[in-house]
Amino acid sequence: MNKIISLISGIIFGVGLVISEMINPEKVLGFLNIFGNWDPSLAFVMMGALVVSSPLFHIIKNKKKPLFTEKFDYSNNKSINNRLFLGATLFGSGWGIAGLCPGPAISSIALLNPYSIVFVLAMFVGFYFVKFFNLNT
Amino acid sequence: MNIVNFTPVTATIGGLTIGLAVIIFFLSNGRLVGISGIAANALSEKDNKFDNLLFLLGLIIGPILYSFFTNKEINITISNSLILLIFAGLLVGIGTRISGGCTSGHGISGIGRFSLRSIVATITFMIAGIATVLIKDFI
Repeated sequence: MNKIISLISGIIFGVGLVISEMINPEKVLGFLNIFGNWDPSLAFVMMGALVVSSPLFHIIKNKKKPLFTEKFDYSNNKSINNRLFLGATLFGSGWGIAGLCPGPAISSIALLNPYSIVFVLAMFVGFYFVKFFNLNT
Repeated sequence: MNIVNFTPVTATIGGLTIGLAVIIFFLSNGRLVGISGIAANALSEKDNKFDNLLFLLGLIIGPILYSFFTNKEINITISNSLILLIFAGLLVGIGTRISGGCTSGHGISGIGRFSLRSIVATITFMIAGIATVLIKDFI
């Protein structure tokens, strides 16, 4: 059952990216263009997601266990260190160049746009680079 | 600053939909969505490998189902050279793994559970993104 839920969650997430147009890099770059022609939409996407997920997260996490697996399993890493700033800065810079972050980039494979496929391949090379040199958080 | 192309209604509905996905995944499987982690672990870790792959498959099927049932075409604009896109992809891949999260993992799941680490990460990558767009304007 948890396998089906993984697929369904991915589908709903992908649909959310399409409805909110976050799948479109131009829309995301519009959000980051605060000092020019600014499109505040992405802030509403985040708020919408948080309004649903945050209160329910705090209720659900007190349950004994999830519905279809044995235990809750999420990061409780609290460290705020140079790695966090370095990683977030590198990520933000790439995000600002392309307007793509991991979710929308992977969803946009559906559109068979060669540019987004190249981006996703490069992103996976980046994942492997970090794993190979053991830089994982 | 001029406000342009602002779509608050669809942005909010899309955001609520994303929040729903996060909660279904958490309630059922006990995990918080972070797409950079799911994607990186889908190909390299044994734990939850199949779950992660199915989630990614769902991300790709989602837009296809949406187009099919609404009869709407999804248009995206990518106005970068291939070289820049490869560079950006590398930065996103490396950066999200070093800082342990992306827009979903830190920006939604992390902020949702009031993690100070994720709030700091989100502010940092937003500032970096805004600065990059600003710099691009001058080049």
